[in-house]
Amino acid sequence: MAVICLPARPIYFWVFDTLKFRKMKKNIAPKSTVLPGTGTTLSGLFLLLIYIVLAGCNQASGARTKPSDTAAVIGEMNAELTHAPFVPNSRGAFQPEKVIVKIEVVEKVMKLADGVDYTFWTFGGSVPGPFIRVQEGDEVELHLSNSPGNKMPHNIDLHAVNGPGGGAEATLTVPGHSSIFTFRVMNPGLYVYHCATAPVGMHIANGMYGLILVEPRGGLPRVDKEYYLMQGEFYTKGRNGEQGLQPFDMDKAIKEQPEYVVFNGSVGAATGSNALHAKVGDRVRIYVGNGGPNLVSSLHVIGQIFDKVYVEGGNQVNENIGTTLIPSGGAAIVEFTCREPGTYNIIDHSIFRAFNQGALAQLIVSGPEDKVVYSGKIKDELYQPGNPEAASADEPADASAPDLPLAERFKQGRVLFETNCSSCHQPTGLGLPGAIPPLAKSDFLMNRSDKGIGVLLHGLNNEAITVNGNHYQGVMPQLPLSDGQIANILSYVRNSWGNKSAVVQEKDVKKQRNP
Amino acid sequence: MKTVFTFILLALLPHQHDHSGMVKIPGGEFRPFLLSERKNRKVKVHSFYLDIHAVTNGEFLAFVKANPQWQRSRVPDIFADSHYLKQWAADLEIGDGRIINSPVTNISWFAATAYCKWKGKRLPTMDEWEYAAGAAPVNAKPGQQLSRIILEWYDHPNPAVLPAVGSTYKNSFGVYDMHGLIWEWVEDFNSVIPGGENRGAGANPFVCGAGSLGTANKEDYAAYMRYAFRENLQAAYTVSGLGFRCAQDTE
Repeated sequence: MAVICLPARPIYFWVFDTLKFRKMKKNIAPKSTVLPGTGTTLSGLFLLLIYIVLAGCNQASGARTKPSDTAAVIGEMNAELTHAPFVPNSRGAFQPEKVIVKIEVVEKVMKLADGVDYTFWTFGGSVPGPFIRVQEGDEVELHLSNSPGNKMPHNIDLHAVNGPGGGAEATLTVPGHSSIFTFRVMNPGLYVYHCATAPVGMHIANGMYGLILVEPRGGLPRVDKEYYLMQGEFYTKGRNGEQGLQPFDMDKAIKEQPEYVVFNGSVGAATGSNALHAKVGDRVRIYVGNGGPNLVSSLHVIGQIFDKVYVEGGNQVNENIGTTLIPSGGAAIVEFTCREPGTYNIIDHSIFRAFNQGALAQLIVSGPEDKVVYSGKIKDELYQPGNPEAASADEPADASAPDLPLAERFKQGRVLFETNCSSCHQPTGLGLPGAIPPLAKSDFLMNRSDKGIGVLLHGLNNEAITVNGNHYQGVMPQLPLSDGQIANILSYVRNSWGNKSAVVQEKDVKKQRNP
Repeated sequence: MKTVFTFILLALLPHQHDHSGMVKIPGGEFRPFLLSERKNRKVKVHSFYLDIHAVTNGEFLAFVKANPQWQRSRVPDIFADSHYLKQWAADLEIGDGRIINSPVTNISWFAATAYCKWKGKRLPTMDEWEYAAGAAPVNAKPGQQLSRIILEWYDHPNPAVLPAVGSTYKNSFGVYDMHGLIWEWVEDFNSVIPGGENRGAGANPFVCGAGSLGTANKEDYAAYMRYAFRENLQAAYTVSGLGFRCAQDTE
C-alpha cells in the first residue's frame, strides 16, 4: 500500500505545476520525477482524480521526507533582503520557487556604542546580516561574495540547510571571490545563519550572523507589524564605555565575559529615534535571533505578554509567556497585542545585560489609553521608615581636574545618561507622565541655582517636587558617580532636548560635594 | 679558454649561489598546528634560505619586464584570475609610487612560482614557512607576543595603501613581516585537506565545531585563520592581501 501511496503528493504537484505552467506561460518546463509528462490538461485532471482517491494514504507515509520537498520548482526570483529591524514581505504563496539570495561579506569599522568603534565582520554591511525570507519547498541559490578589500576568508552556515556544514564547506571564500551553492528548504521555521570559518567564535563575535525564515506554504498568519531583532555580545579589550576603536579580546570571549550585549549590532540600534513603532490594537510579531557567540538570552518585553511564542522558532506554539529563552545560535518568534500606549523596553532579562551592557530595544506604541487595561499610578503614599545614610563618594575628584569644553562633556555625558538615567527619564528626556519627571525643558532642572548637581549627588528621597506645574513625589537613587561623571551628565541633559546652558565643570560638582 | 670558463661560471653563479636578500634558517623541528594527520609527532625541517622580506611591487615589475608573458594583459586565465596585479596602473607601470616597496599582492601561485624560478629559487613549503614564522619577534614592543601581533592585524580592516616591507617586526631568524602585513603563498598550500567539498567521512577542520578537533593549540586563532585561508585557495586565485616570498635549498 505504502508503495502506491508515496507518489500521491508528487502527482498532485505535478498536475498543479502543469496547470499553472500552461496558465502562466513561463519558459521553464515543469519536471516530474514520477511520471513522464503527458502534457494535456485532460490527463492532468485524470491524475488529479487518482490523487483524490489516494489522498488518504498520506498519513501512512509517516515521518519520512515528503516527496514534494524535492519536486521541481517553477519560476525564479531574487530574494527581497532587509536590514534589521525590518522584515521582507511574505510571498504568501503555495508554489515553491527558485529564490536567489546574494550576500556580500564586508569587514568595516562601525559604531558599537557612542564614542566606541569596532571592526565588524558583516554579512551585507550590517549587524545582524540581512533577513532572508523563503518558503517551504523553495530552492535557494545562495551567492556569497567576499569583498575584494577584505582581509579574511569567510563562509556561511545556514541552520536551514540539510547538508554538511550547512553550506559552510561549499561557501568558504577568499577576498575577491564568490561562491554559489543551492539548497532546498524543507523544514519551516526560523533559523540562524552565521559565518563558520575557523575560528568560528571570532567570526561570530565580530558580528557575522543573521536570520533566515522558512515559512510554511501560504505563509504565516498575517499580523499588523513585523520586526527583526538579533542579540549578540561583543568582547572588547577596553571596558564598557571606553572610547575609541576597540580590538577583540579573545580571553574575555573564552571566559564568556562580554563588555557589550546588544540588539542589532550596537548600543541604541533600536532605542530612542531608532525604536520600533506600533499602534494600539496592533498585533506585533518579532523575529528574534541570538547570534551569541556565547550567551543564552532571556527575552522579555517589559509590560507585554506574548500571546504566542513559536518556541525556538519551530512549530510548537506556546501561549501567554512572559519571558522566553533563546539559545545561542537559535531564534524565537514572539507575538503580542499592543493594548496600551507607551514605550516598551525589549530586554534580555539577564538584567545586568540590559541595564549595564546595552541589551535594550524599544517599541513605542501610540494610540488611546485604556484605563481598564492599565490605570497608571492612582495614588502615591509615603512609606519610608527612615532616611538612608548619605553615602560618601568613592572617587573624590582630582583637585586639578581640567576644565573640558562642552562638546567633550556632552559626548561622554550621553553615554553615562543612557546607561544610568534613560531607563527612567527616557532617551527623549520626557520622563514618564505622572511617575518620572521630564528633564527636557524642565523648569525644576533649568532654574536651579545648583544646576541640578545636588539632585545627582544626593538623590531624591521622596521629596515632593513640582516640574513644569506637575507634582511628583518619588525616589531617585543616589548613584555612585564621580564628580567628573556628574559634570558630564549634567552638561548633557542641560544641553539636550531644547535645554540650553553653560557647561557644568567638575569643580562645580566638587564644590557642592565638599562645601 | 680561461675567459670562456669564467664567463660560463659567472653565468651560472647568480642562479646557483645568490643568497642576497636571504637569510639561512637553521634546520630544526616544530610542532605543527594540525595534528590530525601527523599525530603528536614533531616535524623536521632541513636548513634552507628564506627571503628576508616579501617580494615587492618594484621587484615584481622587473620580473614582468623580463618575462612579458606574465604581463597583466597577457597572462592566461588558467594561470591568474582577473584581479591579477590589479593594483598596478598598467602592464608595466605600478602607478602609485607609495607601493613600490610594498609587498606585491594579487598574485597567483603560478606567478609566484614563476618569479621564484626566475630568481633561481622556489616557494617555501608550508612546513618551512610555518617553522620560520613561528620564531619570536626581536624588535617588537615589550610584552608584544606573536599571537597579539597577529590578532591586532586581524582587528583592523585592510589599509588603503599597503605598508612597505620591513614595516612590522623582525623575528629571531632575521626575517621580517612573517605576520601582520600580508598572507603569503606556500608551495604546497592545498596539501592539508583534499578538496573543499567533503560529504564523506572526516570533517573539514576549518568549518564549525570540527575546528576544535586535532589542533595543537585551540587558542591559536591566528593559525586557524591562516590554514583556513590556504585551504580555500586555488593556484590561479589572486587576493588583495596575498603575496609571497621565495626560499632556496642550502645545497
